[in-house]
Amino acid sequence: MKEGYIYEKIMPLSEIDVGYTVQVLKLLTTGLQRRRMLDLGLIPGTVIEVLRKSPLADPIAYNIRGATIALRTEESRQILVRQMN
Amino acid sequence: MSLMCKSCSKAVLNKKFNIKLNCHDDLVIALAGNPNVGKSTVFNALTGLNQHTGNWPGKTVENARGNYKHKDKKFVLVDLPGTYSLLANSVEEQVARDFICFGKPNATIVVTDATCLERNLNLVLQVMELTDKVILCVNLMDEAKRKKIKVDIKGLEKELGIPVVGTTARSGEGLQELMDQVYEIALGFQTTSPRPLVYTPDVEWKIEELTPKLVELLEGKLNPRWVALRLIEGDPTILDSIRNFLYDDKDSNAQEEVACIYEC
Ligand SMILES: Nc1nc2c(ncn2[C@@H]2O[C@H](COP(=O)(O)OP(=O)(O)OP(=O)(O)O)[C@@H](O)[C@H]2O)c(=O)[nH]1
Ligand SMILES: [Mg+2]
Repeated sequence: MKEGYIYEKIMPLSEIDVGYTVQVLKLLTTGLQRRRMLDLGLIPGTVIEVLRKSPLADPIAYNIRGATIALRTEESRQILVRQMN
Repeated sequence: MSLMCKSCSKAVLNKKFNIKLNCHDDLVIALAGNPNVGKSTVFNALTGLNQHTGNWPGKTVENARGNYKHKDKKFVLVDLPGTYSLLANSVEEQVARDFICFGKPNATIVVTDATCLERNLNLVLQVMELTDKVILCVNLMDEAKRKKIKVDIKGLEKELGIPVVGTTARSGEGLQELMDQVYEIALGFQTTSPRPLVYTPDVEWKIEELTPKLVELLEGKLNPRWVALRLIEGDPTILDSIRNFLYDDKDSNAQEEVACIYEC
């Protein structure tokens, strides 16, 4: 990541509202959990879009590399992103 | 029949996956891939059956097998649940993983979505790490064309070292060639050379350390390098599956040894 990004607002994915596009900066997970996220396409640098919330706002659906994938808040909390629009 | 089968390498199909072969010459082909890429559509087109083209959860592998004939051979096609990886995160993923690992298919077709190949190739690489009897089916070629995406089939073939076929399963385009390739690979008329994935030196060193013991324990039933990687990764489900599928009716020493490697 470029150094300039340090001054941008870094937030957990769980805090991003529907309709926004963000870029993955960092995964806070380790081990198998991290591996699973990488397998879903959540690789640092990946641009993802927040598609919609379920009635209870958990899980939330995202467009990740062309597939719609629902993540629970306990997962999306562990993904640090920066907003793009 | 089952007595006869016990001694052959395909006994596990009958015993664990409830797949009965009419004849020992039948070739078993697994259909793997990410969710929603058209696996069941390919399955239906080849077998003439009518699998749900939709989501899988709750269904079992035995519900989704069908037959087709190509040239002089009979094939049993197994439609697997969609999965993003061979790491078993859910029941469906474990069903798919276990079948590819332990069902001993004569070949595995990995169906992918031509419009988002990058994300699909992750699973392709994982399957290539496990077996060299693999064919890549790049499906939804009509959608790619519509979105002005050009897929370099020959380039993919060269990069990956496995046969690649472009298809539009919905209209049947490319399926003849897919069956030709499956025939060649399943019968061993053509061999592949999957691009090797090399890890960082510390991981490679660990693999080397584990491999001799695993070669001994696995007796050629599973790719030792692949198992070593899973152990390093710490996937506990792979041990359960190894116990379940490989050491079912053997002495329990071997199981304990596998467990021991894992815990050390
Ligand atoms: N345009 C187009 N649509 C296709 C093609 N192949 C499949 N489809 C459609 O894609 C959707 C998903 O197809 P399925 O066969 O259910 O996909 P699947 O991989 O079995 O899905 P899961 O079992 O959920 O993993 C269906 O609506 C199919 O009609 C194709 O080549 N072109
Ligand atoms: Mg299906």
